Amino acid sequence: MSVLIFVELDNGSVKKTSLEAVAYGAEVAKMTGTTATVLALGKADSASLEQVGGFGASKVLHVSDEKLTHENSLAYADVLAQAVKQENSKIIILAKSGLGDAVAARASAKLKAGIISGVTDLPVINRNFTVKRSIFTGKAFSNVEIKSDIKILVVKKNAIEATESSEKATVETFSPILRDQDFQASVGTIEKASSELSLAEADIIVSGGRGMKSPENWQPLLDLAKALGAATGCSKPVSDLDWRPHHEHIGQTGIKVAPNLYIACGISGAIQHLAGVNGSKYIVVINKDPEAPFFKAADYGIVGDVFDILPKLTKAVEDLK
Amino acid sequence: MKILVCITNVPDTTAKITFTDNNTKLNKAGVQFIIGPYDDYALARAVELKEKLGGSVTVLHVGGADADPQIRKALAIGADDAIRINAEPLDSYFTASQIAHVAGQNNYDLILMGRESIDFNSGVVHGLVGEMLGIPSYSPVMKLEIEGTTATLAREIDGGKETLSATLPLVLGCQEPISEWKIPNMRGIMTARTKPLVVVEPINMEEFTVPENYSLPAPKGACKMIPADQAETLIKLLKTEAKVI
Repeated sequence: MSVLIFVELDNGSVKKTSLEAVAYGAEVAKMTGTTATVLALGKADSASLEQVGGFGASKVLHVSDEKLTHENSLAYADVLAQAVKQENSKIIILAKSGLGDAVAARASAKLKAGIISGVTDLPVINRNFTVKRSIFTGKAFSNVEIKSDIKILVVKKNAIEATESSEKATVETFSPILRDQDFQASVGTIEKASSELSLAEADIIVSGGRGMKSPENWQPLLDLAKALGAATGCSKPVSDLDWRPHHEHIGQTGIKVAPNLYIACGISGAIQHLAGVNGSKYIVVINKDPEAPFFKAADYGIVGDVFDILPKLTKAVEDLK
Repeated sequence: MKILVCITNVPDTTAKITFTDNNTKLNKAGVQFIIGPYDDYALARAVELKEKLGGSVTVLHVGGADADPQIRKALAIGADDAIRINAEPLDSYFTASQIAHVAGQNNYDLILMGRESIDFNSGVVHGLVGEMLGIPSYSPVMKLEIEGTTATLAREIDGGKETLSATLPLVLGCQEPISEWKIPNMRGIMTARTKPLVVVEPINMEEFTVPENYSLPAPKGACKMIPADQAETLIKLLKTEAKVI
């Protein structure tokens, strides 16, 4: 009956967003009087798997088959469904991401489970089971009751404040049946900006817009990001102009982010861009135009020249160290 | 090449979202509805593939008659015919079940849709439809080429992208830059009027989720302005006041 949490791995370690999902799942387990079990697939670092115990999971089911090391939502969903049956789980938790949604979707159809993606809070459990979810790209919320016997929740970043203890989870080997049909696609190239922080996981993001004027001007922004240990993003016009790669594009049609701190440099704040950042805890806007609409959505603002201000901020951050 | 493109009918990206009826219904007054922007990319690519490889493009929508202008627009852009499943899209599972039911009767080589609808942002319908039909699904797809029965596609992964090839049929959730949005021309608009739009009734199914009510985020407090010549104060505030660095 345990709550089952599907985690994503990056180079064998459990991703930060997935650790939050573990903390969320463990809390739901507590609310429903059961335990939390984690499902991890592919090559994994055993210390990282045990670490999920610190976020409240008591057990990890690990499938070490190398075939599962490469992201494969088809096979992952099938293994997840098998784990749900073995554990007799009624509640399944995943972190919101392209992969999380894909796995959740296919598992939902396999298990005939109600699915809600974009959950922003712990469920309310009384006679009913109700979750709050983000809709209209962060412009609104919806409370939804899930009535199905098995429930799948895909949880957004910052849905819960995750704290870590020194507890360790026990890791068990899980040996599902892998279906050939789930391994038919042949993978060509994988381009991954491995040195950079992923936007989805970053706690701080420094982002640039057309106000940066040209791609050669990005250095001061990169310097600040480096000093803060931040990921870098950009607005749609910037990625459309190929000043920055597409996977940095934040907004309605790009990546939606939810960092603790979002610093927007030379971004006016079109509603489509705001839709991608409205999950941020704090927003800083630096823009030379005092009328830029972004200031209305910001917590802190500086009106001025980004090229003048960015180096000052970088220096102030370095002085803190 | 038989292609099905599923489109959503959603408030424009710039729409101000409010609710009525005790926060149980979207206030549609003054809201412009559009084809979902991601679905628009899927549609554009489908039309290009048809032009290149021959075949047909069918547009599918789950929703009421208020979506018909958007469906006609999709026909004007280059789809050959349209099916509207006459039901409120209650949730992802319901919508996917309706799509899978219709798609299952028609043997499409490709089922394209946006990576997510911009109203409910779930991004799970393509995966659900794929599983319901027993065929692979991939998302978000940024590039798509078809040769014979093989699709070569590029999809976004966390912090990068990956190319892969898979055998048709497939269900794909699409996003830019898979194609450029197409604007219907006059000839397209004229011919769209007479293209078939078939309305079918939904299949009955169990309700898995029930929306209770909607709410808006708490309004943001005033923005604290920092003079440009004291920019370094910002870092201090972020450390001591916001406690985020």
